[in-house]
Amino acid sequence: MILRIALLLACLAAPVWAGDLMPTIPAATGDPHPEGNDYMRRNHMEMMKHDRDLTLRQGDRDIGASLGQCFDCNAVEVAGEPVGYDNEQHFCRTCHDYAAVKVDCFMCHTSKPATDIHRTMATADEPNSIAAYLTRVEGAEQ
Amino acid sequence: MERTIYREIRATPQVMQLGGLLAAFILAALWSVYTVEHHGHVITGMTNQIVWGLPHVFAIFLIVAASGALNVASIASVFGQKAYKPMARFSSLLAIALLVGGLAVVVLDLGRPDRLIVAMTTYNFSSVFAWNVLLYNGFIVIVGGYLVLQMMRKVDPRLVKAAGLVAFLWRLALTTGTGSIFGWLVARPGYDAAIMAPLFIVMSFAFGLAVFILVTLWLFTLSGRIFGDALLIRMGRLLGIFAAAVLYFTTVQHLTNLYATEHGGVERFILRDGGIYTLLFWGVQVVIGGLAPIALVFLNPSRSSTVLAATLVIIGGFAQVYVIVIGGQAYPLDIFPGFDVIEGFNEGIVNPYAPSVYELLLGLGGVAIALFAAGLGAKVLRVLPTNLSDANLPADR
Amino acid sequence: MTNRAELTRRDILKSGAAVASLTLALGVTLMAFGGAADAKGADAGKRWGLLIDAGKCDADCSDCVTACSTENGWGHGDHGSPETDPAWIRKVTLKEQSTGRTVSAPIMCQHCEAPPCVDVCPTGASMQRPDGIVLVDKHICIGCRYCMMACPFKARSFVHEPVTDQKVNAPRGNGTVESCTLCVHRVDKGRIPACVEACEQAGHSAILFGDLNDPDSPISKALEQYPSIALRDDLGLNPAVRYQNM
Repeated sequence: MILRIALLLACLAAPVWAGDLMPTIPAATGDPHPEGNDYMRRNHMEMMKHDRDLTLRQGDRDIGASLGQCFDCNAVEVAGEPVGYDNEQHFCRTCHDYAAVKVDCFMCHTSKPATDIHRTMATADEPNSIAAYLTRVEGAEQ
Repeated sequence: MERTIYREIRATPQVMQLGGLLAAFILAALWSVYTVEHHGHVITGMTNQIVWGLPHVFAIFLIVAASGALNVASIASVFGQKAYKPMARFSSLLAIALLVGGLAVVVLDLGRPDRLIVAMTTYNFSSVFAWNVLLYNGFIVIVGGYLVLQMMRKVDPRLVKAAGLVAFLWRLALTTGTGSIFGWLVARPGYDAAIMAPLFIVMSFAFGLAVFILVTLWLFTLSGRIFGDALLIRMGRLLGIFAAAVLYFTTVQHLTNLYATEHGGVERFILRDGGIYTLLFWGVQVVIGGLAPIALVFLNPSRSSTVLAATLVIIGGFAQVYVIVIGGQAYPLDIFPGFDVIEGFNEGIVNPYAPSVYELLLGLGGVAIALFAAGLGAKVLRVLPTNLSDANLPADR
Repeated sequence: MTNRAELTRRDILKSGAAVASLTLALGVTLMAFGGAADAKGADAGKRWGLLIDAGKCDADCSDCVTACSTENGWGHGDHGSPETDPAWIRKVTLKEQSTGRTVSAPIMCQHCEAPPCVDVCPTGASMQRPDGIVLVDKHICIGCRYCMMACPFKARSFVHEPVTDQKVNAPRGNGTVESCTLCVHRVDKGRIPACVEACEQAGHSAILFGDLNDPDSPISKALEQYPSIALRDDLGLNPAVRYQNM
């Protein structure tokens, strides 16, 4: 009887011995999300799912929440190089490994920060902009 | 005709061994799927030119045979042939088992089989493929319901007959859909033809009956039950008629294509210049799978003739599906009529295809799933009649 | 307006109506001309297309292929072979059977107006944007390859092995189908596709890019002036990619 109570108390006190049970989320750089971390944790999947259809099917890239932009602030570097999803220290891995929820995104999307992409509309002075191209083509015709 | 008694087959050591063998094939297929999932389809023989390969040949054969296996029940309930009535329950069960086996192969060969839920919830209704997903699932539900109605006591026979009619019509829609997967492809000269749907329907009659004969005979032998010669010979004659119908529709398909100059190329390929495809077409599909079974059941009607004819129809059927699915892809797309391609990778040439062991194992696994499910059903459900002897045949036909 | 000192409801309504109709009129005018240049998202008023002048295409040059593979991150797989490697764009050299004349041109997704690949996709992953660009929504692609069977131009490729280090602008993964996107990530940001840029830089300018719906664009004017063909014209798909001097 006493042994059983002792065992019960030991089990209840287990978290103390297990140490820190919650995952250690790497610190992000840049400004915090205006909605707050809690909102992001609960809703990031819905936000991404909603926005991905807007971008892909409607071509609306002005949604302010691209996967690449996540990694502007939430990239984890090991030995000076940002790590990908295959490394367990990746930002998404820290929570998703803990929650045992598989992330499907990175079968297709890169999990490292964006380097040479176009974030803004091209201006007419950039040679590979449509406007500059059309000027050259029209000029060549004359 | 005495009242039909349906009884489960007993789990003799032989039955268990067979079950174990089938389970081994299923495990091998699962190993193949796991390996392909991990390494990608690059380890299979399928390429960007031959996108559907051996697994799809197996799957389409099984799916076509599935709808045809239901025919035996339809002959009893829709066409009123009393001699086929005792076999109706197992016919329904076998139809579901074959369909499940075929679908398993298709789903497991997908690039993203983990997205099966997406496939079953997101539909583009202008795609006959999407309609097929609904038709296949509906078939399982409708034939399952029909089987339950057949097994229930105190059910109005008119209700069972109505269910049989619904199942029969649904299975015609399903096979039409399966044939239209190919028939509605405008891009490829080997496919783009309205006759594909009716061709698949008669193929289902032939393949389904052949598979039904062999599987039922096998289970009867395993459980020591009598399958009378007269009934077997009668079914063999029916099989001969179906095989002749397949030959007829194949003839019409190729004659029509030969007449259109634009399709002359693919016809020359299949009928003369296609190497393995020409051999499979004439040698296996037409002779072994068509002319030989017809000759056997009409010129020498006997028990062994029927069994051999059923086996040959199945072999010929596989060859036919192989020529349709793979031959149709091997023949090059004619993107530049009037031009020869002198440089360009895999452009304008017959596309080679060498199936890998992964594809073979997956296909065989599908067959094993179907047979295992049929056998399991016969073991736990009362679907197999105890007596199909000639003495038990009804007096009227 | 009345002479009363304070505004009445009627005055506000009248001036409000005037302001509103003026605003709406501007919008209507903008839409009539095919939408603003940087409209949010794919503009249904535009139809992006290519005019490929096979006469200017050099048989020994494959800069368009190299540029596309660099821009979108496809190329030779680790374990692949030419049969299984993706090919969003490919070069072909043809010889006319009746005359012996040789001609060379790149072939890519033709971005048909009535795409067979979109019709046959069971989940609707193969889709067409309002501006005519045909894409694969790889979020719902199940990898059944039916679109590859249906494409008359062999434009689609299946990803046969796991992919790592994808380009940010071109997500692609094992088990899904892909094809030329007309560099939709560039076009949406007002830039020309990579193959067009590369062909220009190589000095050939064989690929002309533009809006087929704009009658004043160079591509529309060229199509109006010079004869051009669509591949597999007999199928009636009305591709956005047309060929000159083929």
